Amino acid sequence: MGEAVPSAEEPILAASRISKSFGEVPVLFSVDFDVRAGEVHALIGENGAGKSTLIKILSGLEAPTSGTILLDGQATDLPRNGEAEALGIVVIHQELNLAEHLTVAESIFLGREWTRWGFVRRTDMREEAKRILDGLHVSIDPDARINTLSVADKQMVEIAKAISRDARVLIMDEPTAVLTPAETEYFFAQVQRLKSKGVAIVFISHKLDEVMKLSDRITVLRDGQLIATVETGDLTPDSIAEMMVGRELSNLYPPKQEPDFDAPIVLEVEKLTAPGVRNVSFSLRKGEILGFAGLIGSGRTAVMEAIVGLQGRSGGSVSVRGQPVEFKTVAEALRAGLVYMTKDRKGKGLLLNIGLQPNLTLLTLFRHMRAGFLVESSEVEAMERATRRFDIRARDASVRVGQLSGGNQQKLMLGKAMESDPEIIIIDEPTRGIDVGTKQQIYHIIAALAKEGKSIIVVSSEMQEVIGLAHRVVVMREGRRTGTLEGAEITEGEIMRYAAGLKGDREDDRASA
Amino acid sequence: MTVQAHEGVKPARKKFMTLDFHTLGPLLALIALCIFGFLLNPAFVSEGNITNLLTRSAFIGIIAVGATFVITAGGIDLSVGSMAAVISGVMIIVMNNAIGTMGVGVHIVLIGCVASIALGLAAGFLNGFMTTKGKIEAFIVTLGTMGIYRSLVTYFADGGTLSLAFDVRDVYRPVYYGNILGIPIPVLAFAVVAILGWVLLNRTAYGRYCMAIGSNETVARYSAIKVDRVRTLTYVIQGFCVSIATIIYVPRLGSASSSTGVLWELEAIAAVIIGGTMLKGGYGRIGGTVVGAIMLTTIGNILNLTDIISNYLNGAVQGVIIIAAVWLQRGNLTTLSPFRRKRAS
Repeated sequence: MGEAVPSAEEPILAASRISKSFGEVPVLFSVDFDVRAGEVHALIGENGAGKSTLIKILSGLEAPTSGTILLDGQATDLPRNGEAEALGIVVIHQELNLAEHLTVAESIFLGREWTRWGFVRRTDMREEAKRILDGLHVSIDPDARINTLSVADKQMVEIAKAISRDARVLIMDEPTAVLTPAETEYFFAQVQRLKSKGVAIVFISHKLDEVMKLSDRITVLRDGQLIATVETGDLTPDSIAEMMVGRELSNLYPPKQEPDFDAPIVLEVEKLTAPGVRNVSFSLRKGEILGFAGLIGSGRTAVMEAIVGLQGRSGGSVSVRGQPVEFKTVAEALRAGLVYMTKDRKGKGLLLNIGLQPNLTLLTLFRHMRAGFLVESSEVEAMERATRRFDIRARDASVRVGQLSGGNQQKLMLGKAMESDPEIIIIDEPTRGIDVGTKQQIYHIIAALAKEGKSIIVVSSEMQEVIGLAHRVVVMREGRRTGTLEGAEITEGEIMRYAAGLKGDREDDRASA
Repeated sequence: MTVQAHEGVKPARKKFMTLDFHTLGPLLALIALCIFGFLLNPAFVSEGNITNLLTRSAFIGIIAVGATFVITAGGIDLSVGSMAAVISGVMIIVMNNAIGTMGVGVHIVLIGCVASIALGLAAGFLNGFMTTKGKIEAFIVTLGTMGIYRSLVTYFADGGTLSLAFDVRDVYRPVYYGNILGIPIPVLAFAVVAILGWVLLNRTAYGRYCMAIGSNETVARYSAIKVDRVRTLTYVIQGFCVSIATIIYVPRLGSASSSTGVLWELEAIAAVIIGGTMLKGGYGRIGGTVVGAIMLTTIGNILNLTDIISNYLNGAVQGVIIIAAVWLQRGNLTTLSPFRRKRAS
């Protein structure tokens, strides 16, 4: 290409009047988008707004139905199959694409190994990997296997990979979705570093505060339409949210309705000890929403899995409606009216390669049997019921669950859990990777269930969510409960103090393994 | 709300569009193969030949129905051929010994059948137990038992052949050579096993659980499914199918040796895969398996009836057909068809 370095105002990569349809379903309508050197351009919108498709087009994974892609001002046909990397356009996908068994150095050079006479130059590549990682100020051993790294470190490896490819445009799809606040801070510092080097960065996120903090410009998509591209400084989180949803979002959280003062205790956990859990006690009253806050890895999921029988426990007791129980399988918990919704929708919650209906009824197939045989009409009925109740949207019934947006997957999972007509519902990360509109729906569903008299535990890493929903909040740290907050105590600062170990029970405060 | 284009979940589009090559492919291929056979030699469609063909496909077919369960649930069973051999051998030994105390009669055959079924269930359970509780890959477990069973039958036969006493053969003969209403008994057995298998896989919770486990074991576990039990049971079903196939097979030759049932495991797996069941699990089709089993036998039959390709190349032709079938299923043909459906974002 030419030597002319584009000025800061000249976009490196631009999309002009891009439209895209899959079959007869249009997903993008004449969208304009551009990104300049040294800027962070955030791309936001609800799930299904067309962000992922736009990214795929910008990186050459999909060809637009109409419209042009301009690279350095020149109309280009981007090569398919990710070969656009050679042109300096690198994508970091939401699901990190790293081979778990390779080393860090091997991963960074995967696909373009340095060779001499057909043999890989391992030492040289290792040196270079180390140089790049040092440049990022991260302490990752180039010889470490990917599967030994934390998610945040894996992300850093992806960034190192992008740098080693001399990325001019770096596109990141929800990079912070799986990071803890501390890791996110750290990640942002790296993004700033890349930005100052003149890399053009496209950034998708559902977390509006992050978008506000990190980006220079924001483009909002809704239903495949370009709503606006605006300087970040001209916006407030509220105005962005409204642009995304196209309506006012005054009541993201439903009004809290305290459970009766004398409501019976339905779940009592005492001194629960299990892998990753030490001495956790709490109780849940009928009609209550109990929040579980803490940093990622603080043992909240482990507590829940130990309660429902997915994890063995080594000590403590659990009782449901006064009866001591020790569930060995999910089926036993289910029979006692306890259901657990995993935070890992794709890996543990839903079968992605089949349709909605078998997923919905998988937990409760016994309800759709007559004389040992499945009754399909009964399943169809359940699907229709859940579709209405939880507003599940799919093109048609033949769509595979993996093709649904995160929000619809979450609603389907909620439907699946509610099919068992539980009394106690444990929801782990109810809105991870979900757009604002669907979040609001899910919050209202949760509140409505509590009002009906269901008892709900909400485990969430989004503090706002716990604050907005829960009547009481249990904070965990390193496998232990450090505090329980009620009423006016439930504030971001207070939760953080307990979560970070500044307040609360600190006996036997040893480093976690 | 302002979401356009989709409102709720609509029923699937017109049925014939979704029933494209993926579902009908194996059947269409079988029909094409039959037309081809007829053109080469009109004797192909004679009643005698068709009966013969279906009878011969019954062994592999019955075993393949069991294999459909194992594979759908994400497992594999390589031991079925050896298992059939060792069950044949033990059946013959049991029956020959029983004559001494009980005399010849139908009861001897029944004792043989009970022995066969008991052994089949036990061998299947062993495979299942070691894979689930022992947490060893099914491939390894069944590779191991394949070797064990094969050497056991060789040992029982002392390196030679185990022969069924002649007077029992006469009583037992009709199980392979007999017919009911003109339909050979092996074909009937195949049909019954296939129908039961289809119902179990498609109309019961158990079948749904097999698919769920094959699709994603963790999701199954989180969905209150007893993964180990369901999976072990697939091997037990497989063992049962092998024992039924063996019961039909023994009267055919009246003997068992170390070469009995060689490569049956591969033919059974091939029948399952040709039929459209996914090797990595999660999706199984009994109907396809039946077609696959018949197709494999048909290939050999056509080669027997014509001189174009040497009969010795039977395995090669089967190999080509297997690869071609899977190639077509991977959507290589559907991308050319007007029915193709692209994934939405």
